[in-house]
Amino acid sequence: MNPVRTTLVWAVLVVAIAVPIAAAAVSPLLAWRSPAYIAAGFAGIIAMALLLVQPLLIGGYLPGLPAPRGRRIHRVIGAVLVIAVAIHVAGLWITSPPDVIDALLFASPTPFSDWGVIAMWAVTGAAVLAAFRRRFRMRVRTWRHAHTSLAAIVVVCSVVHALLIEGTMETLSKVALCTLVVLAAIKVGVDLRVWAVRR
Amino acid sequence: MSVDLFTRRTLLVAGGAIAATWGGGLHVPAQAQGLAPTPSMRGGSNNYIPNAPIVERIGGGGFWMTGTVRRAGDGAPLAGQRIQIWAHTTEGYESDPHSHGATLTDENGEFRLEMPQIVPAFGQPHGHLAYDSDGFETVFLRPVMPSSKDTSLRADFVLRPV
Repeated sequence: MNPVRTTLVWAVLVVAIAVPIAAAAVSPLLAWRSPAYIAAGFAGIIAMALLLVQPLLIGGYLPGLPAPRGRRIHRVIGAVLVIAVAIHVAGLWITSPPDVIDALLFASPTPFSDWGVIAMWAVTGAAVLAAFRRRFRMRVRTWRHAHTSLAAIVVVCSVVHALLIEGTMETLSKVALCTLVVLAAIKVGVDLRVWAVRR
Repeated sequence: MSVDLFTRRTLLVAGGAIAATWGGGLHVPAQAQGLAPTPSMRGGSNNYIPNAPIVERIGGGGFWMTGTVRRAGDGAPLAGQRIQIWAHTTEGYESDPHSHGATLTDENGEFRLEMPQIVPAFGQPHGHLAYDSDGFETVFLRPVMPSSKDTSLRADFVLRPV
């Protein structure tokens, strides 16, 4: 791949991830939040950024990381993603247990919590499928359909979850990151013909 | 050019509006007679600490929580009712005791308590209010501010006698 394109692709990715994080880092709301609450927020933002990286890795779109290598990193990032979600929920729990209990029981007054909790279970499911891929002895196509379906649920629910929240993320950079996450997921789904009918 | 002051459409609209006003007006006494009690809101009681003290204001102030307390059925204003208020503000978390305070309604059933600015927490800028005393059924409210820049928030109670 030509060096200009390589540099460009990586630069766009770094900007797409760094700008929302930097914008959140100067949010005035941080002044009135405890370290646990702040950590919870940033874990959520980082998880969203990783949702952008995941399809790019599996599609082999990142220069220098063709599909086989990209897939290995995809697994590592997947584990980091699950840890980020766990920190997100744990930090919120420390901040206000009753609000998190409401969310987990789908009894929250805020609709975005439901989307977040659905995304949490879907990402857990996708990770379990990946971790026990061999043990499950599923057909490759069945496994792919299951993993990709869960990933699609994670993407849609996480994006709705994030967009409905008034928090530390700056609106424009949040919308931009969410848009890229959706576009990357759609592109890899189409390119890899996950749902293509085969004979 | 013909000037139709009363086209079929304007007649229909005006007629409809008059009918709606008249019909609505007719129903006002009936509604007041059956004023429904305010139900508790989801998540309203989160981080509630019972028996918040009656205070002049919570913390440094700068933000106003206001509202009314009326009796279910006839809608009569209720004086001297204790309303407890708490929120995530610039001065503390919902769970901090110093974020909690209470006030009493005046003879018109209105209450007004100054408190620190509410800031968005758990995704929405919102406050918590409770009626939790003898005489009427307990109600927990969790109103959301239309904008986090607002410097006041309103919540109205209609209480059902025990």
